[in-house]
Amino acid sequence: MNAVPLWLIVVIKSAIVLFVVITTFAYSMLFERKVMAWMQLRPGPNRVGPWGLLQPAADAAKMLFKEDLTPKTADPVIYRLAPFIALFAAMGTFAIIPFSESPAGVWSVGDVNAGILFVFALTSIGVYGISLAGWASGSKFPLLGSVRATAQMISYELSMTMSVVGVLILAGTTSLVGIVHAQYRLWFFIPQLVGFGIYLITAVAETNRAPFDLVEAETELVGGFHTEYSGLRFGLFFIAEYMNMITVSCIATLLFLGGWNAPFGLTFIPGIVWFLIKGGLFLFFYIWLRATLPRFRYDRLMAFGWKVLLPVATLNLMATAAVIAAVR
Amino acid sequence: MLRAVIAGFVAILAGFRTTFGYLFVKKPTIAYPSIKKQHAPRFHGLHELRRYADGKERCIGCELCQIACPANAIVVVGAENTPADRRSPGERYAARYEIDELRCIFCGLCEEACPTDAIVLTPRFEMSDYRRGSFVYAKDRLLVPPQGGVGSAPDERPNGIPADLGAVAQQKSTVDIATGYDATWYGRALKTERRGLAG
Repeated sequence: MNAVPLWLIVVIKSAIVLFVVITTFAYSMLFERKVMAWMQLRPGPNRVGPWGLLQPAADAAKMLFKEDLTPKTADPVIYRLAPFIALFAAMGTFAIIPFSESPAGVWSVGDVNAGILFVFALTSIGVYGISLAGWASGSKFPLLGSVRATAQMISYELSMTMSVVGVLILAGTTSLVGIVHAQYRLWFFIPQLVGFGIYLITAVAETNRAPFDLVEAETELVGGFHTEYSGLRFGLFFIAEYMNMITVSCIATLLFLGGWNAPFGLTFIPGIVWFLIKGGLFLFFYIWLRATLPRFRYDRLMAFGWKVLLPVATLNLMATAAVIAAVR
Repeated sequence: MLRAVIAGFVAILAGFRTTFGYLFVKKPTIAYPSIKKQHAPRFHGLHELRRYADGKERCIGCELCQIACPANAIVVVGAENTPADRRSPGERYAARYEIDELRCIFCGLCEEACPTDAIVLTPRFEMSDYRRGSFVYAKDRLLVPPQGGVGSAPDERPNGIPADLGAVAQQKSTVDIATGYDATWYGRALKTERRGLAG
């Protein structure tokens, strides 16, 4: 096309995506605090800047200047490494998520043809961040938290993958762009209503948020896997959690809500706006969920995952496959 | 089994509806340092020693408030008025008058015991400080300053608010000045609650 080398384009794209995503993270945090507060009859953060809009900056400054403690019993290398694994996995998925499309091409850093597999591979690595953090802290509450994290995330990831395979069968491709193109006429949450529901539930469990936040469970485990972490390292876990939230919202938008496809033929509004609206709705849903439902008991969480979600997801997958096979 | 699942879904949806409803309910929070809440007219706050219109102190050093005080927070030491140094209309005046506001339980018995309406409780409540000693209020802080008027008894205050405290509250507060209470947020929240129960 022109003389700009490919690596430079990738670097610039990455920088833009990283900037946008980190800003989104910061304000999704404020958004969550505001919405939760309103639902609990409180005004929420309103002291830093107008309507508390500079609160994320104040929080970041606080995190930066806090003391970074390492417990004596901790494994020093893994303890320091774990937050970076979590953050790397959380940020990595944004390398392939397509945000929109224009005649010039797809708006993403890299369009991978096995995109959805890449996303699942990275989120699986994210489990390591959390379980290693708890294990390396060398005290009991983090260890309990990480044991829970490992069991919970592995069992729910199974159902999540099952629910997504239905979409892959319908679209006939694992490329995220291809899946969005396949939804041009009909968004997949209609034929895959069961799969959509399962994805919604398992995604909350995957991101360790209420009502599935057994991994942190302040009331029983102090802070769960990040009990010993402080300062910037704690901040990294915090960022990773919210990034994961944004990731599952984006994936849900791409797989089930037609990505940047406009509803009702409203194509004069650009695709990126639709993408943001749909993703924002998911974020709001997760916050709403957190403000509404109390935390699960651990044995019920496991029973629900293995005895309800997995069979339903499997049946849904088999039914989808059968219908597609019959139609073709 | 199926009925239990449906009932569970309905219960969860009702929960979602409740939280969503509260999103738009007016919040009861008063942003305190910038907006002050209007108190009840007879609110018991910091004490004040009043004067007569001619500038003389009302307190006659009788020590009745000290005797009435259930918390032993008051110390009064009386002294004789002399023709050269006349502080109060009676024979005696309070040479020393101290109230330990940390011991005080703000019951108002001193106010009731006082035969000359000298000691009154004002609605002022902001007296935080850094040292314990600062909470022992002597005449220099209790007595209305010579140019500061006479002070007012609760019965004489139209809204129970002295002008210097009431200014902020009356300008920015959303509360009803006449009744002193803002019950609207509570009423609205209650209405939402009823709606949720009915639906």
